[in-house]
Amino acid sequence: MLDSILFYFFAGVAVLSAALMVTRRNALHSAVCLVSTLLAIAGIFLQLRAEFLFITQIILYVGGIMVLFIFVIMLVRLDAPIHQIRFRMQRFVAFLVVLALALEGVVILLLAHKLPGNGLLIQGSAPADKLPPNSEALAKSLFSDYLLPFEIASVLLLVAMVGAVVMAKSRKRTSES
Amino acid sequence: MADTIQNDASQPNNTLLGADELVLNMGPQHPSTHGVLRVKLKLDGERVRGTECVIGYLHRGVEKIAENRTYQQFAPYVDRMDYVAAVSNGLGYCEAVEKLLQVEVPIRARVIRTILTELQRIASHLVWLGTHALDIGALTPLFYCFREREEILKIFEKYCGARLTTHAFRIGGLQYEAYDGFEQDVARFCKDFERRIQDYVDLLTGNSIWIGRTRNVGVLSAADCIALGATGPILRASGVKWDLRKAQPYAAYDRYQFEIPIGTNGDTYDRYMVRMEEMRQSRLICLQAIENIPEGPIFGKVGKVIKPAPGEIYHSIEAPKGILGYYIVSDGTTQPYRVRIRPPSFVNLQALDKMIRGHLVADVVAVIGTLDIVLGEVDR
Amino acid sequence: MSYAAAQALACALSLSPAMQAVVDFLKTWWVELVCGVVIVAAVPLVAGYVVLVERKLMADMQARLGPMRVGPHGLLQPIADAVKLLIKEDIIPRDADAFIFWFAPVISMVAALTSMGAIYFGPSFRVAQDINIGILFVIGVSSLGFLGVILGGWASNSHYSIIGALRSTAQLVSYETAGGLAIISALLLSGTLRVRAIVDAQADQHVWFIFLAPVAFFTYLVASIAETNRAPFDLPEAESELVAGYMTEYSGFRWALYFLGEYANMIVVASVATTLFLGGWLRPFSNVHWLDIPMGVLPGLLIGGLGVYCIYRAGKQPVKVQFGFMWAVALCCFGVALIYLVPWVVSPLRFAIPGLNGAFWFLLKVSGYIYVFMWLRFTLPRYRFDQLMHLGWYILIPLAIVNVFSVGVAMFLSSEFGWNRWLAVIVTTAFTLAVSVFLVRLHDKHATAASSASAVPSDSYAG
Repeated sequence: MLDSILFYFFAGVAVLSAALMVTRRNALHSAVCLVSTLLAIAGIFLQLRAEFLFITQIILYVGGIMVLFIFVIMLVRLDAPIHQIRFRMQRFVAFLVVLALALEGVVILLLAHKLPGNGLLIQGSAPADKLPPNSEALAKSLFSDYLLPFEIASVLLLVAMVGAVVMAKSRKRTSES
Repeated sequence: MADTIQNDASQPNNTLLGADELVLNMGPQHPSTHGVLRVKLKLDGERVRGTECVIGYLHRGVEKIAENRTYQQFAPYVDRMDYVAAVSNGLGYCEAVEKLLQVEVPIRARVIRTILTELQRIASHLVWLGTHALDIGALTPLFYCFREREEILKIFEKYCGARLTTHAFRIGGLQYEAYDGFEQDVARFCKDFERRIQDYVDLLTGNSIWIGRTRNVGVLSAADCIALGATGPILRASGVKWDLRKAQPYAAYDRYQFEIPIGTNGDTYDRYMVRMEEMRQSRLICLQAIENIPEGPIFGKVGKVIKPAPGEIYHSIEAPKGILGYYIVSDGTTQPYRVRIRPPSFVNLQALDKMIRGHLVADVVAVIGTLDIVLGEVDR
Repeated sequence: MSYAAAQALACALSLSPAMQAVVDFLKTWWVELVCGVVIVAAVPLVAGYVVLVERKLMADMQARLGPMRVGPHGLLQPIADAVKLLIKEDIIPRDADAFIFWFAPVISMVAALTSMGAIYFGPSFRVAQDINIGILFVIGVSSLGFLGVILGGWASNSHYSIIGALRSTAQLVSYETAGGLAIISALLLSGTLRVRAIVDAQADQHVWFIFLAPVAFFTYLVASIAETNRAPFDLPEAESELVAGYMTEYSGFRWALYFLGEYANMIVVASVATTLFLGGWLRPFSNVHWLDIPMGVLPGLLIGGLGVYCIYRAGKQPVKVQFGFMWAVALCCFGVALIYLVPWVVSPLRFAIPGLNGAFWFLLKVSGYIYVFMWLRFTLPRYRFDQLMHLGWYILIPLAIVNVFSVGVAMFLSSEFGWNRWLAVIVTTAFTLAVSVFLVRLHDKHATAASSASAVPSDSYAG
């Protein structure tokens, strides 16, 4: 009972925030609504007993990526580019995309039961409280079964970071001279 | 003066860092400008490209007032210029008029003057140290410095009745005899002070944050100092050994042994070290002086009416902030024809532009603090 | 009463299923709810009194008295400040974004308070039952406070607030990395993220983790000072600097929310450090059993001793009100001491002893940690922003990484190679310290070469 109340609360907040996000005129208001959506999704993760995903969502998505978004929104003046937008068919294209997605969703939901293993709606996997704690399970598999992809991803991130620093620095040097 | 510089503070959505020249106004009211000083900083992103000081907010027309007062009546006015070191101002003025009158001040008066002036130097440096440390972020030295300064002000109050604008000296000597217990009070202060200076040294001198904020900040070379006319601890920290107390002794300074500390780099840290050492040397002078204050009269042969012969005189002393000079022109009447005061802070302030170029905005407060300016002196 | 009437009464009193569900919920979760309410209500008040303690401590270190007028010895000062802030005019800058202007301090405060939900303040004082990801939850949710800073700076619609907010956020992010790495060192030693289990691990290993990972503790200390924007890392919000910081345009109660958020954050950070490094609610020498009873009565005796000291000082008060006040404080101390000592005497109440004592030691350690924060604030000058970032990125983060490595090596050595645990710790700590000395030496010249002066030649004789 409590579970469903919480779920409906989080889901409602997520949907409402998402709706607000796409309808705001002010970019920063949009970003704040996105933060709210992400937090609601994190709540749903928590309900699914995926507590590591919950905290990762908060630390990385909200605390990292959204802060970055907000930095960029603040540092870049958006008024000028907005006035220069020439593409007038936005609403039509958006409508088409939403139509396509909705059709797809309806098809999947109606025809899912024909797919092997009941498709999307997998019933009755292990009850959540019998699973090992999320962080331990994740760590075990990450550091034993998936060690190589993990290390490759780390190196990739390192390369990206070094590249970003190098690019930012050289730009600064040319602008100073 | 046409104000052609636009102030961008009202448009927050301009691209912020790395912008083209931005003018930042450190307004007349600011906790760190030590008075009503307006500094316009031309910034390029974070770095200062140039400064423009706007002064005059404390101009009171002291020099013009002098033309309408008798020599004795003008004496309290000079205290109000460098109000942090009023005794030195008074010393300079009285000695200048005495030189104009060609009157000899008795030795006892000269010695007591020296003691009071050196105590005032310590007090002035204490104010400087406290506020400078506060600007850089150290909250505590201010209160310790003011506690020591309180002792000095108590001595002044016992001597002449005032703490800040003392009018301690008179033209021709002293009005008040050293009170009973004067030597004991000064001796007690000097004894405690050695330990207190060690407190400041412990808090600041070896502190790596302090060194990081002051080393190589606001460097002024010796040649620049001399070219700009900067004097006092600023000049000495740049390596030039010039102190009027040794070069052109006045009052009773030629009777005492003391060192002139000089620096090497001419940065903020060296100025800090020079002023700390000067406090120690002033303490030594006081100790030497109170051991043997000669007996005798305290007032020279000056009548009630001071009417110097027509002529002019320039006399300068080593005030705590630099060389303080008085140029007095007499036309034979009881009121001077012209009194021109050469305030050390006014001339030192011109070095601000040279010192701050290329530094970060956060260093501006450190550099203004290290100049040790008092706006009362700058604006008169 | 007739049978029909009783039946009618029973029908009337029986609850609908929804109400029944609510009652069940309350029955299961009432402890947590009460603790939650206590935290939300008490923490702002406690934060206000932490501010008073800071002012009194600052005054003591500066040879003066601090607030003395409002209430005896200034004890009602926080109340007076709160009332003043509440009745202040609510000013919003004209072009400021009103919604975000309102929202930003709320985020800051809520983040700090929510992160307290996972902390165990004693063996049984907590809001949430030993969350699986305990420490990570605290760190993650308290980092949501950054959003409050950055949005607040932007919403003020002032050039310098934005710069202050961006700098503040950059500082927070950098030092959070270093702090997180320092926490990892302690987590390696405990093997779990759960708060209760970390303290139990320290009890099992009979040593506080500060002794096994001292470099990690000091790294976390420095990182937490920077994370809470305290001196010497408070350039973004210093009063004597040009860029006045993200809080400039906030006044009245909004500013109070930011301020209380900052102090609540301090309490959170101190609690995390206490849990991870200082043994949480364990008393000193928790494994020495003959000290059980002496150390057990010690909290009560200490508080009683405080009461006796108050009575002693009461005699020295010049004013009658202060005399009465000191006696009142003494009586309060005796009351609390009684609460601590009575369970020793009255057997049925014995179950309360570990909880009470645990809370006492925990709060004592948290207070000690916050005392160090304040002590450093009054002693050290402020870092300039580039020096601050340099310290974080060039010195603290490499040191923290090396420290994780060395703690891991120490554990490996003692478990696989059978080294004495202390020997392993000493060897690896010496290595880490050598690395830190090397790092500091390497970058010393940056710290002293403050900024290269411009090479523009200028002739001072000209003009």
